[in-house]
Amino acid sequence: MFELIGVPPQVLFGQLLLGLINGAFYALLSLGLAVIFGMLNVINFAHGAQYMLGAFGAWLLLKYTGIPYWGALVIVPLVIGAFGIVLERLFLSRLYHLDHLYGLLLTFGLAIIFEGVARYVFGASGVSYENPIPGGVNLGFMFLPYYRAWVIVFSLAVCLATWFMIERTKLGSYLRAAVERPDLVQAMGINVPLMITLTYGFGVALAALAGVLAAPVYSVTPKIGAEIIIVVFAVVVIGGMGSIMGSVVTGFGLGLVEGLTKVFYPEASNIVIFVIMAIVLVLRPAGLFGTAK
Amino acid sequence: MREAAAAVAGLAPASANVELSVRDVHAWYGESHILHGMSFDVPKGEVVTLLGRNGAGKTTTMRAIMGLVRNRKGSIKFGDTDTIAYQPHRIARLGIAYCPEERGIFSSLDVTENLLLPPVVKPGGMDLDEVYALFPRLKERGSSQGTKLSGGEQQMLAIARILRTGASLLLLDEPTEGLAPVIVQHIGEIIRTLKSRGFTVLLVEQNFHFAATVADRHYVVEHGTVIDMIENSQLAANKQKLEGYLGV
Ligand SMILES: Nc1ncnc2c1ncn2[C@@H]1O[C@H](COP(=O)(O)OP(=O)(O)O)[C@@H](O)[C@H]1O
Ligand SMILES: [Mg+2]
Repeated sequence: MFELIGVPPQVLFGQLLLGLINGAFYALLSLGLAVIFGMLNVINFAHGAQYMLGAFGAWLLLKYTGIPYWGALVIVPLVIGAFGIVLERLFLSRLYHLDHLYGLLLTFGLAIIFEGVARYVFGASGVSYENPIPGGVNLGFMFLPYYRAWVIVFSLAVCLATWFMIERTKLGSYLRAAVERPDLVQAMGINVPLMITLTYGFGVALAALAGVLAAPVYSVTPKIGAEIIIVVFAVVVIGGMGSIMGSVVTGFGLGLVEGLTKVFYPEASNIVIFVIMAIVLVLRPAGLFGTAK
Repeated sequence: MREAAAAVAGLAPASANVELSVRDVHAWYGESHILHGMSFDVPKGEVVTLLGRNGAGKTTTMRAIMGLVRNRKGSIKFGDTDTIAYQPHRIARLGIAYCPEERGIFSSLDVTENLLLPPVVKPGGMDLDEVYALFPRLKERGSSQGTKLSGGEQQMLAIARILRTGASLLLLDEPTEGLAPVIVQHIGEIIRTLKSRGFTVLLVEQNFHFAATVADRHYVVEHGTVIDMIENSQLAANKQKLEGYLGV
C-alpha cells in the first residue's frame, strides 16, 4: 500500500472528509450569521444555541411524533425560524438604534438560557439520533459513508441557493440595498421592518437546519452549540463579516485545513483556526473577503 | 416682514387642484426642533420649488413628507389621505417617490438593478423603454456597478428609477447640486418633460436661476418655516426680495 508524505491515503482522505463535514457546518452557520449581521447589524450570539435546538428538535420529533429525519429537515427549521421571528419582534427589534454590543449581549443571554433549558430537559450527556442513511461505499482510496456525502452535498446546495437568492434575484436586490440604506429602500415602498424580521427568521432557520443535519453525525448534547459557535465566529472573522460567498468558502476551507492539521500535526488541530484568525486579523483586519468600512 | 406674513396667509393657490398639502408641520431630530410649522401646497401637475439657504430645513421637509423623519407632527395630506402617522413604505405606496440629495445609488447593485429596484406601486408609470429613451446612458452602462457612474449619471439614475413606479408626486432634492452646466440643462429639460407628462414635482433648489426655468411657483424656506411664496411669473419683479432671502 502506497503512502502520501508518510501518511496512508485512508487516513488522509478520512480526515479530509471529516474536515469537509465540519466545514459544511461552519459554512452553514457562518452564512446565517452573515445574513443576520448584514440586515440587522446584530451579531447573533444565540446562533449556536439555535443550532443545538435544531438537533434536539429533530430528536423530539422522532421520539414523540415518529416523524423521521426527512420530515424534521423541513419542520424543525420552520418551527425554530418562527421562534426566531418571535424573538426578533419581542426583543431584538428594540435594540437596532443602539450599538452592536447590545444585540450581542441580548443574544448571548438568550444562548445561555437555551443551553440551560436544554440541559434541564435533556441532561448534560444528551441524546443520540440514528443515522437515516446507514452504509456507505468503498471508493478504493477511502470509505465514504452515505450520510456524510449527503451532508456535504446538501449543505453546499443550501449555501449556493442562499447565495443565488441574495446575489441574483429581485428579492436579493432588496436585501442588498437595504443593507446599505434601509431608510431609502423603505421610502421606495418596501416594508423593510418586515424584511428584517423575516431575515432573522431565515438566519435562525438555517442554524436549525444545520442542527438537524448534525444530529446523526455528532452526539446531541446541550453544549454542541457553544462549542461550534466559537469556531464559527473565528471563521466569520477570517472570512469577513457580511460576505456571503466569503463565509461559505471560508467555512469549507477552514474545515479542510483543520482536517489536514489532524493528519500532519494533530496537536495543533484544535487551535489552527484561531492561529489563522490571529494572522488574518494582523494582515487583513476586514477579513479575507471583507471590505473595510 | 408684513409682506411675508401676507404672502403666507395667502399660501393656498385658490383654483388649483392640490396634490400635496403641508400644514403646520413640525419635525425634530433628537432634541433639535428643525421644522417650525411648515405650510405649503403643491398643486397637481405643477413644479413647485422650496428655495432657501443651507440648513433652512428643505431636506428635512422632504424627509418628513416621506416619513423618514419619524418625530413629526402637523398634517401632510396627499390627495385626501393624511400621511402624518404613516411609515415610509406606506407613504411611497400612495404614489410619492423621493430622490434624495445624496442620490442614494446602491454600490452593491449594478445600474440595471438600481433602476429596477423601486417596486411599481401604481399603474401609469413610465415603462422601461420610455425611461431608456430619456436616459440612454443608463442602458449602455447597465451592468456597471451603480456607484461607478459619474456624478451626473448617478443623478440621472436616481431620477430615472422613480419614474417607473407610477408615483405621481416626485420629490427631487437638489438634483443639480455639483453638476456641470450642460448636465444641469439636461436635468432642466427632463423636469419639463416630466411636467408635460403630468407628474407633479416638488423640487428643492439653491440655484434659483435654474429653478426659474422649470417651476410654476416657489416657496421660500427659512428656519424651518415658509416665509414667502412667489409665482414664477412674478419672479423678475421679486428678484431683489428673493436675493435678500437667499443671501446671494
Ligand atoms: N440627521 C440630523 N440630525 C440632527 N440635525 C440635523 C440632521 N439633518 C439635518 N439637521 C439639521 O437640520 C437643519 C436643517 O437641515 P436640512 O433640512 O438638511 O437643510 P437644507 O436641506 O435646507 O440645507 C440644519 O440645521 C441641520 O444641521
Ligand atoms: Mg438639503
